[in-house]
Amino acid sequence: MATEKSIGERLWATAIWALVFIFILNFIAMVATVVINSFGTRWFNAWLPAAFTTRWYESAWNEFQLHDVLIVTFEVVGAVVLLSALLGVPAAYALARRNFPGKQLVILLFLLPILVPPITFGIPLATVLYQTHLGGNMSGVVLANLVPSVPFVVLVMIPFIEQIDPRIEAAARVFGAGTGRLFMYVILPLLAPGILAALLLVLVRTIAMFELTFFTAGPGSQTLVVALYYAVYAAGVRAGQSIDAMAVIYMLTTLVWLLIALRFVDPTQIVTRVKREAAA
Amino acid sequence: MSKRATGTVVDPTPFRVRLALRDLDGVTLLALPAVLFVVTLFIYPFAYGFVLSFQPKAGNWLANYTKFFSDPFLYDTIGATFRLAIPATLINVLISVPVALRVRRMRYRRLLTAILVIPITLGTVLVAEGLLIYLGPQGWFNRVLFIIGLGKIRLVHNYTGVMLSLILSGFPFTFLLTLSYLTGIDPSLEHAASTLGAKARARFVHVLLPLLAQGLAINLCLSFVQTFSVFPSAVLLGAPAGDTRVISIAAYQAAYEQYDSSMASAIAMIMGFCQLVVVVLILSGRSLAYRGAVSGGKG
Amino acid sequence: MPIAARDFRELRLESMSRTFGSINALKGVTLNVQRGEFIALLGPSGCGKSTALNCLAGLLTLSGGSIWLDATRIDRLAPEARGFGMVFQNYALFPHMSVRRNIGFGLSMQGVPNDKISRKVDEALSIVRLGDQGDKLPGQLSGGQQQRVAIARAIVIEPPLVLMDEPLSNLDAKLRLEMRAEIRRIHELIGSATIYVTHDQGEALSLADRIVVMRAGEVRQVGTPEELYLRPAHADVAEFMGYRNQLRVRATRADKLVNVNVGGVSLPATPVDGVDEGEVIAAIRPDDLAVSATGSIASTVESAQYHGHSFYCSGRTDDGTELYFQSDRRVSKGEIVRLTADPGRVLVYSRATA
Repeated sequence: MATEKSIGERLWATAIWALVFIFILNFIAMVATVVINSFGTRWFNAWLPAAFTTRWYESAWNEFQLHDVLIVTFEVVGAVVLLSALLGVPAAYALARRNFPGKQLVILLFLLPILVPPITFGIPLATVLYQTHLGGNMSGVVLANLVPSVPFVVLVMIPFIEQIDPRIEAAARVFGAGTGRLFMYVILPLLAPGILAALLLVLVRTIAMFELTFFTAGPGSQTLVVALYYAVYAAGVRAGQSIDAMAVIYMLTTLVWLLIALRFVDPTQIVTRVKREAAA
Repeated sequence: MSKRATGTVVDPTPFRVRLALRDLDGVTLLALPAVLFVVTLFIYPFAYGFVLSFQPKAGNWLANYTKFFSDPFLYDTIGATFRLAIPATLINVLISVPVALRVRRMRYRRLLTAILVIPITLGTVLVAEGLLIYLGPQGWFNRVLFIIGLGKIRLVHNYTGVMLSLILSGFPFTFLLTLSYLTGIDPSLEHAASTLGAKARARFVHVLLPLLAQGLAINLCLSFVQTFSVFPSAVLLGAPAGDTRVISIAAYQAAYEQYDSSMASAIAMIMGFCQLVVVVLILSGRSLAYRGAVSGGKG
Repeated sequence: MPIAARDFRELRLESMSRTFGSINALKGVTLNVQRGEFIALLGPSGCGKSTALNCLAGLLTLSGGSIWLDATRIDRLAPEARGFGMVFQNYALFPHMSVRRNIGFGLSMQGVPNDKISRKVDEALSIVRLGDQGDKLPGQLSGGQQQRVAIARAIVIEPPLVLMDEPLSNLDAKLRLEMRAEIRRIHELIGSATIYVTHDQGEALSLADRIVVMRAGEVRQVGTPEELYLRPAHADVAEFMGYRNQLRVRATRADKLVNVNVGGVSLPATPVDGVDEGEVIAAIRPDDLAVSATGSIASTVESAQYHGHSFYCSGRTDDGTELYFQSDRRVSKGEIVRLTADPGRVLVYSRATA
């Protein structure tokens, strides 16, 4: 708007920007500390380490069996992404296109696993999984991580599907397409960007999902984030450089996918898509 | 069934058509697998846990709950968790408002929001690990404080460390949420208010704030629920046997150190109940405020 | 105390300009508005009329030029300091406030005591004829009622100037006609100056004391409705005002008039911007091109649409020129009719300014 700001307004604006700046600065500094430490020989009582090396990465790779852990992580994440798409997209289509009795209840049902924090339902879930002998191995981990992911995909996809004019589908049918061809040639191509966005978001969320995997994983089925936790937990007061090397590897895996996701998706959607539904 | 004059019998409306009229057809069934999944792996375990909590290893059906509320080591966790969750939530949500107000008209808004998404993506474990060094006695933060003259402050393995970690991972979330609510308010409402003589503060108080109220309430609920379930940072960065012994730690220990799944379920239920109470309180406060559309008319 | 506009004599816009990056939305608009005048800013979308209004309101800063209210320069003032009333296209009613609170908002911003606010709000409600809707929320009102609340809110602060940004464009046709009369009535009652943005020439013609026709950020013509209807100054203004026939023809001098060659026939016509020879544009309203047995232009009918009192037709001359005309009687496709036009109603413009 056409205004000349008063001194008070300018001061206030500066203060707010300063807050934001301090926040981001500290965050970047924290990340930098981890990265630098992972490359340092010894770092004690100085601004920077004595010298730089890459041997901690080798040591971390072996010490924490990162090769296996990474494979497990990607298997789990891959399975979660795939299965949540297979379960979630059709459900989203049904909810977007049909207004059946009990629909509100179903939407509430899908909201719950996202709104209720993982610890609250994670412990009972882990109990059940262990009882059915699914706990402590990959299937248990995948199932546990699917619980918040399937509803997430559903709730993210619903607005995408609602955006597709139903008359396009009607037109396809009028011109002779059955349901199978309707999906293949009309709906999936139109939905592809939305599905991609949703799956990327699930991927990023699952890599960082700690509590659920923590409660259901066994020794051979830990994801990277859980392995990191154990490493830090066992390290005691001072985090070792190899732990930081592992942390850097973890950061790279999440951030790579985040960057890819950000090309397709607005940052706010990672957080708010779901909450819009909750608010509506 | 009705009989016509000619004597033939006609089925009034086929069953399938009647179902379809209520939007129940093949397409609706597409939702069934997901629904079954959530029911089996969320509702059922929750219900199972609920029942299990009333089947303790020893004692009557309320034994778990009585044990919890009679052992200070256990019931103090509720207080400890609230002492962390409430300030963290209030700080995160309240500060998000002025920041979102500033940022919404920035040209590089998308860049800023992308940067702020990173803490959320990295997750609480990494943030805790990073802060352990960064805020540690040898870390840069304390070095800078020393140079400024504030001396070295103990920021790790205590309440402060966990609080800082909650703010670092929580603020981006509340900020993004507030920003999205704010940008959803019709900008012509502020234009109208300014043509009617309202300066910036008046516009905020009379127009923006009432329309934001419903979004802020939801923000408070979601943020509180998240902070109340703090776990890895309370362990790694806090004092899990002392100040920051939060209720999730108690639940974890019951499940994985004492192998008492009944007690663990009871603690999880208590945790859920506390969250529910606060959410209900916040939402019933919200019903006092405006809850409708945030646009300015039929235009 | 009745609601009446504050005193001022003249609002002066001097070379108002506004650019958005590389786009020149307003290119030096100059205009004088007297107290009590109803000015319409008329033009197609993108012509800059809404930009001009927003600059007047202070919602946009000027890139160049100035705005004066009598002897005070106001273009550096924030919108909240200018004291103009504004009616927005989407009404912009505060959804969380009742009608009364909406209308009284400007007064409460001025610190007026509550009982006085209440009386003025009552008055405003009765002026817009919404007396019994005071306690409702905007969401409970119809489009037309919301429109009236928006108007009441703008006039209750007794502004010297009321700005209206296409206020009727979201109403259905019948309501639009009713509200036109209401807006004019309220304007005359209050006595303020009104600047009204619209793309509908019918609205502009029926409401305004003076019309400002804009195109591509520039003012093309300022005049009374009659002047614009009967003597548009340029070919593009003529086209916008309904001179649907824009014929690219050749003109030759003939005393005070010119002769133009339409469909092979020489037609006497009136030059408007001083042109007298060469390649010109001849603009004729369809209703001025009449079907007559003694007409000189022969045209084969291509289409005829029934509009109740007459038929809107199109036809083609022998040399392929397309003409739009009106007929009182039904004509059929393929029929050859003879057309005539009064020389005073065939306006000739040079092509350069088109």
